[in-house]
Amino acid sequence: MALNIEGTIEGSSQLIGGDFTTAGEASTLLKVKLTELGVAEDIIRRAAIATFEAEMNVVIYAAAGWLHYYISPQGIRIRIEDMGPGIADIGLAMQEGYSTAPDWVREMGWGAGMGLPNMKRNSDVFTIDSVVGEGTTVEMVINFP
Amino acid sequence: MKLLDVANALSLEVKSFKDGLQKDVTGAYVSDLLSDVMANSKQGNIWITLQTHLNIVAVASMKGLAGIVIVNGRQVQEEVLKRAEEEKMPIMVTQMPAFEIAGKLYRLLA
Amino acid sequence: MTLKEIADILGATFITEPDNPDLHIRSACSSDMMSAVLYYHSPDSLLITGLTQLHVVRTAEIAGIISIVFVMNKRPDERAIELAGQKKIPLLTTPCCMYTASGRLFRAGLPGCSHK
Ligand SMILES: Nc1ncnc2c1ncn2[C@@H]1O[C@H](COP(=O)(O)OP(=O)(O)OP(=O)(O)O)[C@@H](O)[C@H]1O
Ligand SMILES: [Mg+2]
Repeated sequence: MALNIEGTIEGSSQLIGGDFTTAGEASTLLKVKLTELGVAEDIIRRAAIATFEAEMNVVIYAAAGWLHYYISPQGIRIRIEDMGPGIADIGLAMQEGYSTAPDWVREMGWGAGMGLPNMKRNSDVFTIDSVVGEGTTVEMVINFP
Repeated sequence: MKLLDVANALSLEVKSFKDGLQKDVTGAYVSDLLSDVMANSKQGNIWITLQTHLNIVAVASMKGLAGIVIVNGRQVQEEVLKRAEEEKMPIMVTQMPAFEIAGKLYRLLA
Repeated sequence: MTLKEIADILGATFITEPDNPDLHIRSACSSDMMSAVLYYHSPDSLLITGLTQLHVVRTAEIAGIISIVFVMNKRPDERAIELAGQKKIPLLTTPCCMYTASGRLFRAGLPGCSHK
């Protein structure tokens, strides 16, 4: 199916730390947008999974954040930035299985230490920047074939 | 059935407390929630989980479980294995996901 | 395996009636950890879980899970049921624990989600 994209389509959503009921809404909106534009199902799936994992990390670890997306004829760029504690050792955080999630978060089904590896695996370009005490920014690009 | 027979039949990789393989298995419990395992697992059960957090050893030993099977080939930290050795708790690893290893164990124990 | 067959094997009841009880399920994933569901998902699969919060339905929808079975007679709240209705994800509840549910479905021939 031909893509229905001219120029760059942008959108953003605000993310609220600790709010598990709205968590996932931003990713769902992006998913709906991509479906409207006629993007292939597997690309939508990858974008939705990567975005949802990033969104959940903001909900779990940070006070608040923003999700911005930019859809162009070449692909999707997603930036998730938060005001939170930041990550001291990014290499460690990227390791599968590493998690500092507290017990109550683990009892809700998060904290397997798979979110960041999952974001990386589902994106073509993945970058993460973090300043301790300030916040974290994750940027992901998923190219259209 | 002994834990050893289960480990052999399902090709589990034993990571800690090999002496514990002589324990008898009473059944199994599958869960990734520690509170659920505390509330609902039974003594002598094999616990199948994706969790590799240090607290799994304490939970398993408090409940008198036969052993812990970690799924999806997840890496278990040295610190956790050391604690398991101290608490005399066999930790075993399988490459299979929880659904599949539970299915095979169910058939074996039936 | 159809959803109807799964319900029979597990003695499960439908929390939300499926549009199509003959919906074809190709594999199953037993997990309480949402990132594992997002990592190991396969198309047309069933999630077997002990968690009932809204974000479980959200995770299923994003991972492409087409139905959820809650174990040990657990039931999600109204908001989760409503979201599952919107997303057309039939929900079931079974008295079985995750071990028994997995065991019975595996014995009946349902494969696990592929391990990647
Ligand atoms: N936005 C963030 N702000 C602060 N710390 C973060 C953030 N994202 C990740 N981290 C840190 O990195 C660790 C690993 O993150 P990752 O998403 O991979 O796993 P998790 O969130 O612990 O578990 P899972 O994603 O499997 O539910 C977290 O436990 C946390 O310590
Ligand atoms: Mg995470």
